[in-house]
Amino acid sequence: MREEDIVREGIIAAIPRLRAVAISLTGNTDRADDLVQETMLRAYANIEKFQPGSNLGAWLFTILRNQFRSEYRKRKREVEDVDGRHVESLTASPEQFGKVEFNELRSALTLLPPEQREALVLVGASGFSYEEAAEICNCAVGTIKSRLNRARTRLSQILAMPGSNATPEDVGSSDSRNAMDIATLAPRNVENSEG
Amino acid sequence: MGAESLVRRKPQVDMTKKETTRKTGPGSQRKGPTPAAVDRELQAKIGAQLRAMHDDIIEQGVPDRFQELLARLDQSKSKG
Repeated sequence: MREEDIVREGIIAAIPRLRAVAISLTGNTDRADDLVQETMLRAYANIEKFQPGSNLGAWLFTILRNQFRSEYRKRKREVEDVDGRHVESLTASPEQFGKVEFNELRSALTLLPPEQREALVLVGASGFSYEEAAEICNCAVGTIKSRLNRARTRLSQILAMPGSNATPEDVGSSDSRNAMDIATLAPRNVENSEG
Repeated sequence: MGAESLVRRKPQVDMTKKETTRKTGPGSQRKGPTPAAVDRELQAKIGAQLRAMHDDIIEQGVPDRFQELLARLDQSKSKG
C-alpha cells in the first residue's frame, strides 16, 4: 500500500471520532458534519504535506479545530453585523439528536467559551493527552490544563444550578426540559436589554 | 500509525470509585458529603457522561454522506 493510501485509510477511520468531537464542539449535527467534511477535503488536498510517521490524529484534529475557530469567528462577525440581535445563534439551540439523556450536557457545553470547550472535548471526552491537545490547539500544555480546569468548574456550576435540576444524582436526567432551562442562562437577553 | 492509532482511546476509568474512602477527619462525620466531595462527584459524573456521549456518536459510524464524498474524492483522484 502506498503511503498516500495509508493516510487515506487513516482519514476514513478517523471520521467517527472527528464527528464526535465536532458535535460536542458545535452542539449541532449539521454544522458538525459540515466541519468534518471541510476537514476531510482539506486533509485530502494537503495529503502530501502530512509527514509519514507523525501523528495523523493530531494532524486531522488540528485541521478540524482551526476550521471550527474560523467558522466560529465568522458566525460571531455575522452576529455583530446585525447589532447583536441574534447572539443566541452563536450558541446552538438545544437540538434533538442522539440520546435525550445527553441534551442537558450538550446545551451546557455550548455555554463554554470555545477554548474551554476544545480542551474539555479533546482531553475529557476524546482521550487525547495534554500534549496532543496542546499541539492541536497550538498552545502550551499548561494552558490546556488551566482551560480544562476552568471548563470543568464552569460546567459543574452550570449543571448544578437551581432550575437545572442537575444534582450529582441525576446529571444524566432525561428530563428534556432541563436542557431548555440551561439554554435560557445563555447571555442572549439582548432584545430585552435593548428596550 | 494508521487506523489503529486513531481509534485508540484511554481506558474508561471509573472516577466515582475514588470518592468512597475519604472524609475521615474529625468534624466531617455524619454531616453528609462536604461541598468539595459533592463537587468531585458531580465532576466525575460529568466526565463519565462526556465520554458516554462521545462514544454514542462514534457508534454511529460513518454516515452515507461521507461514504459518497469519499467515493467522489477517489474518483477525481484517479482521473488525475
